[in-house]
Amino acid sequence: MLSRTAENLFWLSRYVERAENMARLMEMGYRMALMPAVVDGNRSEWESVLSASGCAAGYDPDAPLRQEEVANFLIFNRDNHSSIINCFEYARANARAMRTAITAEMWEALNNALMELRRPSMHNLAKNELPEFIDWVKKQGALFRGATDSTILRNDGYDFIRLGTFIERADNTARLLDVKYYVLLPETSMVGDGVDNYQWTTVLRAASSLRAFHWVYRDDYSPHRIAHFLILNPFSPRSLAHCSEQITQHLERLARHYGQRHSVHRQAVEMYSLLTQSDMDEIFSGGLHEFLTDFQGRNRILSLAIADAYHFGGQ
Amino acid sequence: MFNEMSVDDQIREPYRALVDWMEASGPEVLEQKRLEAETLFRKIGITFAVYGEGGDPERLIPFDLIPRIFTSQEWRKLDRGVKQRARALNAFLYDVYHNAEIIKAGIVPADLVFRNDAFEPAVIGIDPPRNVYSHIVGVDIVRTGPDDFYVLEDNCRTPSGVSYMLENREIMMRMFPDLFKSLRIEPVESYPDMLLKTLKSIAPRKCDRDPNIVVLTPGAMNSAYYEHSFLADQMGVELVEGQDLFVHEDRVFMRTTRGPAQVDVIYRRIDDAYIDPLCFRSDSVLGIPGLMNVYRSGGVAICSAPGAGVADDKAVYTYVPDMIRFYLGQEPILNNVPTWKCGKPNDLKYVLEHLGELVVKEVHGSGGYGMLVGPASTKEEQAAYAKRIEADPGDFIAQPTLSLSACPTFVESGVAPRHVDFRPFCLVGDDVRLTPGGLTRVAMREGSLVVNSSQGGGVKDTWIMSD
Repeated sequence: MLSRTAENLFWLSRYVERAENMARLMEMGYRMALMPAVVDGNRSEWESVLSASGCAAGYDPDAPLRQEEVANFLIFNRDNHSSIINCFEYARANARAMRTAITAEMWEALNNALMELRRPSMHNLAKNELPEFIDWVKKQGALFRGATDSTILRNDGYDFIRLGTFIERADNTARLLDVKYYVLLPETSMVGDGVDNYQWTTVLRAASSLRAFHWVYRDDYSPHRIAHFLILNPFSPRSLAHCSEQITQHLERLARHYGQRHSVHRQAVEMYSLLTQSDMDEIFSGGLHEFLTDFQGRNRILSLAIADAYHFGGQ
Repeated sequence: MFNEMSVDDQIREPYRALVDWMEASGPEVLEQKRLEAETLFRKIGITFAVYGEGGDPERLIPFDLIPRIFTSQEWRKLDRGVKQRARALNAFLYDVYHNAEIIKAGIVPADLVFRNDAFEPAVIGIDPPRNVYSHIVGVDIVRTGPDDFYVLEDNCRTPSGVSYMLENREIMMRMFPDLFKSLRIEPVESYPDMLLKTLKSIAPRKCDRDPNIVVLTPGAMNSAYYEHSFLADQMGVELVEGQDLFVHEDRVFMRTTRGPAQVDVIYRRIDDAYIDPLCFRSDSVLGIPGLMNVYRSGGVAICSAPGAGVADDKAVYTYVPDMIRFYLGQEPILNNVPTWKCGKPNDLKYVLEHLGELVVKEVHGSGGYGMLVGPASTKEEQAAYAKRIEADPGDFIAQPTLSLSACPTFVESGVAPRHVDFRPFCLVGDDVRLTPGGLTRVAMREGSLVVNSSQGGGVKDTWIMSD
């Protein structure tokens, strides 16, 4: 396969996943903002969404940190590299650059999503009916993954697509968890109270994992359990452990297919064992935010190593 | 004006079944079909980019539902005539880059060839595989009457539009399954397979295995990008850009996820000037440095060969019938548009006396610049133009203004005749191949003769009826 094709497939799936994550982040912000204020005059939900999205630096410092402005920035701002519309633009541009490497169903899923998104009526939907818009974005992600899953050949191209998906998803889950860190809890006494628990379950909801969590842990919605589910539980489809497992598997497939191993294979296994050998007590005592930041750094390095091994640009 | 569908209110035979069907269906069904077709085109993303005009960078080419139909008898003549031209043009190309016999014989003037911008000294003496320079010849044909076909021009470089031929058919078959069931229409789907066979057959001398073939595109911003990716896809070969290829020790390689892979045949859709910055334009970032060296040494085949453009020049065109006689010893099956060469005294006299009826063109001009359209010009313009011709007669040719045939077409006011032309695609390799079909282009504006897609022209499916 052409290196450029591999690169396009990898980034195409990353961008689709990222668009979906932007929507999930907004879902968290939206739900948290529905709760009574923790402290009067200190509504920080939207600020934390911005911080966790990684795009805070591009946000106009004079703009209010209200839902409408932040959502508009995360959905439609063309200068924001990771805005939802840009993610779909880049994904489609990647797809267009290698139409021959993807199926018609995949192309149509991307093409339709972007055409809809460019419609002015979408702008109104995003403004007045944010939950509907969020659902729409999640649906586009599901449609694309479904089209991919049911139509594309299980060759190396498939592996590059999946590597992109899981590298991005791991990063995204780490960001979702980090929103919780950014939401200021001014009094230690507040930790573990109703608002705090509500915020934690919001993380689960945004990760579409509320019911899955319930099946595994019943009704124990403690931060400890929720973090465990999204970080260390390999059965949870958005957990860091699961993403990492998928990444190692697809790298293994490539190694078998090509008869070639690279340093990235070792790095991926290291990351996976870090996640299988940690426990939540350790992570909490070292600081959840610090753990997540460290993980995102490793994940970024892994992405670069994949690009390096297969001769394409990683960033 | 010859109407393809009817003459004196009599429906012409090949259109009979179509007209019956249209009448039985009624305008509402047809309008609905038209909308469906547009949605399909948009969905598949068959677009045509036009630079520097603003608006939608990926706009749709207007697609007209009413097909253009040829009888098998008409097609047999076109088929033979186009193949004959493609053979002669290739013989000419080989000749001008070798012994130039046709020039020595005094048939084609040396200046026309050697002072031509498309003449490429870098390929003099090169023997490409099977001595073919132009592997895909697009011949533009117009019709003025039941038996009157004229070749308007030959495209020996990289003629585009074949993806429309294939996609138009795909969509027509989805829209009108009944018609296809009841009529016997020759299929066009074999084109990609024929193209692949042709490309395989021109593997370079040094290639001792099943050749590795790629389609080289300037990239997604190119107006014909859809076609490039479509053909690569249909043939099951890689679609590459210049950055994906590099030269190493007399061979061309592409960058892959497993490391470098050797490339044997390049179907390039990049102009000569851009394919090798070491040989042609040094500022080109689209090409592959060193490609021409490998080509010269027989390490790679390039389709179409650099320098092939010298055969599709406006002035060279006038000599194609002579080429057919000279190289093939045959009489031309398809006529050129009658052309007066002002360099010949008798022709000059005629042209000057009939300026008001003729279209006069500069030999080296292109894109309609520096033309005199007689019937649309004033006496003053004609007088001024006559002075230019007299100053340098050899620089001008003249042709009659043809009355192009028209084909019924959906327009805002309903169905009305619009002018059409026709471009079949001839493949030249170990064999000369022609798919039964081609691209019919249609001028969407009333009275307009401009069918170019860059100027709002549309396309139609072309049906060749089988016996």
